[in-house]
Amino acid sequence: MSDEARPVSPAMRVAVPVLLGIVVLLVWEVLVRWLEVPKFVLPAPSAIFRSLLTDYPSLLASLWITLRITLMAFVIALACGVLLAVLSIQSRLVEISIFPYAVILQVTPVVAIAPLILIWVGVEHIDRALLILATIVAFFPILSNTTLGLKSVDHNLRDLFQLYGASRWQRLRLLQLPAAMPYLLGGMKISGGLALIGAVVAEFVAGSGTGAGLAWRIVESANRLNIPRMFAALLMLSTLGICIFLLLAGLEQWLLGRWHESAVQRER
Amino acid sequence: MDGVEPTRDTRAAGNTSKPALIRIAGVGKRYSGGTHALQGIDLTVAEGEFLSLLGPSGCGKSTLLRLIAGLGEPSEGSIDWPRGSYDAAGTPDRSIGFVFQEPTLMPWATVFENVYLPLRLDGKRRQDVAAQVEDAIAGVGLAGFVHAYPRQLSGGMRMRVSIARALVKRPKVLLMDEPFAALDEITRMRLNDDLLALWAGSGWTVLFVTHSVYESVYLSSRIAVMGTRPGHIRDLIEIDAPYPRDEAFRLSANYIEYCRITSTALRGAMGGQAHEP
Repeated sequence: MSDEARPVSPAMRVAVPVLLGIVVLLVWEVLVRWLEVPKFVLPAPSAIFRSLLTDYPSLLASLWITLRITLMAFVIALACGVLLAVLSIQSRLVEISIFPYAVILQVTPVVAIAPLILIWVGVEHIDRALLILATIVAFFPILSNTTLGLKSVDHNLRDLFQLYGASRWQRLRLLQLPAAMPYLLGGMKISGGLALIGAVVAEFVAGSGTGAGLAWRIVESANRLNIPRMFAALLMLSTLGICIFLLLAGLEQWLLGRWHESAVQRER
Repeated sequence: MDGVEPTRDTRAAGNTSKPALIRIAGVGKRYSGGTHALQGIDLTVAEGEFLSLLGPSGCGKSTLLRLIAGLGEPSEGSIDWPRGSYDAAGTPDRSIGFVFQEPTLMPWATVFENVYLPLRLDGKRRQDVAAQVEDAIAGVGLAGFVHAYPRQLSGGMRMRVSIARALVKRPKVLLMDEPFAALDEITRMRLNDDLLALWAGSGWTVLFVTHSVYESVYLSSRIAVMGTRPGHIRDLIEIDAPYPRDEAFRLSANYIEYCRITSTALRGAMGGQAHEP
């Protein structure tokens, strides 16, 4: 039997990567100690873990700030993206007028518009600037995926709705939105990750507001050559990203599990 | 032949014993792309008949069915519903059920939700019509699958759901666009029989698009044979055999003879090209 064809049990799916992680951490720890690598170049995993424990309160506060901006940006992007997508399929005119600007917003690097946004909202409202920048980054996948989804309704089903005299609202709620769900959820998975990236990049560029987010902790740690704390902050960021992804994947499974080919478990 | 001479009737109004339900006069359809789909269609559909539109692909039989359903407007001619009521805007209250070539179910909704859809679009509340929906599902033999999702059903079962949905509002006319073309022979025969049983117990009119000679003869009280370029009605053939029809009819000399007549008419409609029925 070839390796590709061998069935993988769910337990193996978790155990194998965890085992690999432990091995890598051990090798890392041993190499750092054995070669006496300085802490400001590459700290040992144990040093990072110690830093995580001692700087726990300040890191957790920063995590909360980053998380809040990420979540708010994601929710706003989701609401605006879906709303604009719905508007754009109601009228071709709306679609052709909105889309070029959405694309411009998407292709312009967020780093480049950060100073402008900062001036507009005022330096005393940096958190608002962060929110706007993260939203801009997260917005486009939602808009483009939802628009595509709303348009990819089965033609016969559309005819059926017309046959039974469905109103616009009924067609949207009972046909177009459910049909767009798989696309929207795909967009949400991309956009959830982008909201976090947007929040971090924006904080690098714009600086921190009233409280410091994780990005600022990383900058600060680098300035003080406190590399273990930098790694600890990085670890938190990736964990946050993974959590967002898993939550959205879970939501997808929950909403599509019973009907959509992408989510249905098939027995062979 | 056991004394039955099949009647061939090429006049527009074939079945005159029952009142006309749909009157199609001089209907033509030309798409903006230049395709000339239909020309000079005259056809009167009588109440309670089982009329098949038979023809090769591209003869516009599906187009005609969609025009009757109100999905699109004819470029010329008119389609009247002499016995139907018209609303203020002049749109006829067609009271139709439509079955597409594919089951066309909403994959995200259960069998119940799919069949409930036409009533839901009318603003009927779920609890008020639950019995009616379940009756329609039971009527096509799927009583045990009310809460199943379409993907859990076989192709034939999905088509049954589609038929239940078309019948749930108890329409006067059932329009079917090659509904069983994608199914295997065995499933198809069973669905043919079940459809005839449903039709016998109801009194509605069926307009059935097909490209199968055997299927059309087995099911229909009348067959409109259509030709291409542009789509037109070539022959109207009355199938004068009593209902209920069953396996015995399928094996009778009468059936074979009607198949031969219909097949010949179809070959004529295709301009002498060979046709595999």
